[in-house]
Amino acid sequence: MESFNPKLHLPILIFGIGAPFVIPGVTIQIAVLWVMVLFALTWDIMGGQMGYNSLGNILFFGSGMYISALVQISMFANVSEYTASSGAVDFSYTNSEYFWGLGWGILAAGIGSALLAASLGWTLFGLRGPYFAIGTLGIALTAGELMGTWEWVGAGGGLAMPVYPGSADGKSFMFYFMCFFAAIGTYLFCSWLYSTRFGLAINAIRDDEQKAEAMGIHTLRYKTIAWSVSAFFLGISGALFGNMTGFVEPLEVAFPVATFGIFMVAMSLLGGKGTLWGPILGAALFHVLKEFTWTYFLGWQWVALGVLIIVNVVFFQQGIMGWLMEKFPERFGIIVDKKETAK
Amino acid sequence: MWDNISILTAAPVFNIQLILDGLFIGSTFALAAYGLALVWGVMNVKNLAQGDFVIMGGYIAWWLGKQGIHPLWGLPISIVVMFTFGWLVYVTIIRRVIDKDMFTSLLATFGLAIVLAQALNLMFGPEVQTAESDFAIRSYFDNSVTVADIKLVAFALCGVLAVVVVLFMKNSRMGQAIRATAQDARAARVMGIDTDKVYAFTFSLNAAICGAAGALISMIWVIQPFYGIGHSIRSFVIVTAAGFGNLGGVIMAGLGLGVMEQYGGFVLGAEYQQACVVGLLVAVLIYRQLEMRRHRQVVQ
Repeated sequence: MESFNPKLHLPILIFGIGAPFVIPGVTIQIAVLWVMVLFALTWDIMGGQMGYNSLGNILFFGSGMYISALVQISMFANVSEYTASSGAVDFSYTNSEYFWGLGWGILAAGIGSALLAASLGWTLFGLRGPYFAIGTLGIALTAGELMGTWEWVGAGGGLAMPVYPGSADGKSFMFYFMCFFAAIGTYLFCSWLYSTRFGLAINAIRDDEQKAEAMGIHTLRYKTIAWSVSAFFLGISGALFGNMTGFVEPLEVAFPVATFGIFMVAMSLLGGKGTLWGPILGAALFHVLKEFTWTYFLGWQWVALGVLIIVNVVFFQQGIMGWLMEKFPERFGIIVDKKETAK
Repeated sequence: MWDNISILTAAPVFNIQLILDGLFIGSTFALAAYGLALVWGVMNVKNLAQGDFVIMGGYIAWWLGKQGIHPLWGLPISIVVMFTFGWLVYVTIIRRVIDKDMFTSLLATFGLAIVLAQALNLMFGPEVQTAESDFAIRSYFDNSVTVADIKLVAFALCGVLAVVVVLFMKNSRMGQAIRATAQDARAARVMGIDTDKVYAFTFSLNAAICGAAGALISMIWVIQPFYGIGHSIRSFVIVTAAGFGNLGGVIMAGLGLGVMEQYGGFVLGAEYQQACVVGLLVAVLIYRQLEMRRHRQVVQ
């Protein structure tokens, strides 16, 4: 596990805690930045460290969102009545009801998504390489479509989250810190995970699964745990994001395969997959670029996103961290023997 | 759901309607899937932009139709335009990802799919479109089954195109070179085949096939900028179910998928049609995987 490095960690911590006080106007945008960091980190557990490139990890974001919504609602109201009224009947929550519901909702979202990943992993992990990517993409697309037809959870019309009992500023303030700590928690967990035997095992799976299996690593177990870990954090982020938005809708909010689902892949690749800091760097850069440019492209932003992915994949596959490692290997503790490498 | 099934048993003539519609639309799926199988088998590139090539071909025919050119004449134009477009895509993108790991080509073509879908959306708007072919619509079986003539024409054209492609692959010099490259690219290079050119041609041929399939789909069904991903997934379902190099399997799987989709849409409701296709993909993948698991020894 990385020890505390004041030069690296302190500025981030100061920025993270100070931002909502210093620049309150963009609290939500920065909260989304932390969600993006979480996205990229969780994608990289699978995509970067284990070599299983999933295009459908957004499934767990959506499942977390729905699970937390249903837990929060069903604790104090009847779900079918709630969804049928679509916000017309006022289900007002008291303070304690809201916060207990939120806490249990977030917990259930994490655990439920992890269980979902474990049960899916049993069938999906036999698929290798591109088949795995297409299979996961298929599952995420199906989930969105099916949720859109399920009347009990509001179908295509969506589901309004319980209303935060307080001011709008207080709400964004609270969810900002929850997103921030979720991202920090994910970072710490990943950093610890990669330093253990587990990290080495999933790296071995990435490098050569057959050999890893021959060396006695129970690959299916490791793969399932890795996916459940990433699903756990994604589920929590889904619960937070759903409550922050206040509205759950199947295709655009809960299972946005073509936006968030692709962003997480693009961010990890941009920063450099298979490294701890690459996804974080990629997420920060991507989010800042996106927030600044989105409004100026007037509809062409998606074309720009597609072009970014193509250019990234085709010309800059190692990502920022990979490029830095190639350029300055000494900084990363890699000792280059000049006599051996000189040609 | 059970109501719909009882309709099918009470009035068997409905089945004929569903099967016919499924076969007509399935023939275009099979055509696009054959292109995917070609690129996959020869170049080992998984083209996730396949469906967007199809939709692009459809929009070419539809746009020409709006300019007063009959979409059936738009079909050859669409083929030529898409062939050129495929060549451009190969030179700019595919050539650079061909020898990298497989996820690279998948992601690069996924990026391309996003670009194409959004560009079409910006150019033509998000409305659902159909190219007007002005053919008669005939009824059979006492007016209980209706078939537009254009569907029959499209079905026949699909067959003709498939035969042309197969003959081309069998007999022409380029077709032989493509098959040689698919068998062993290195040996083909040793024998003096310019594999880069073969790859370029294969990819362009795939784009042209997609263009043809798209033009036909625009006449017999609907097109919309974001339907591309659905067509890509259909092609993947068909190819994974049939395996490549298995033309008969591709045709059967394509027609079967078309029919199954019609039944799924009818029995479960139209909103499940997309979910049916994707669910079928997952089912096929899992089936294949279970099949493979039997052949593999797992460390316990």
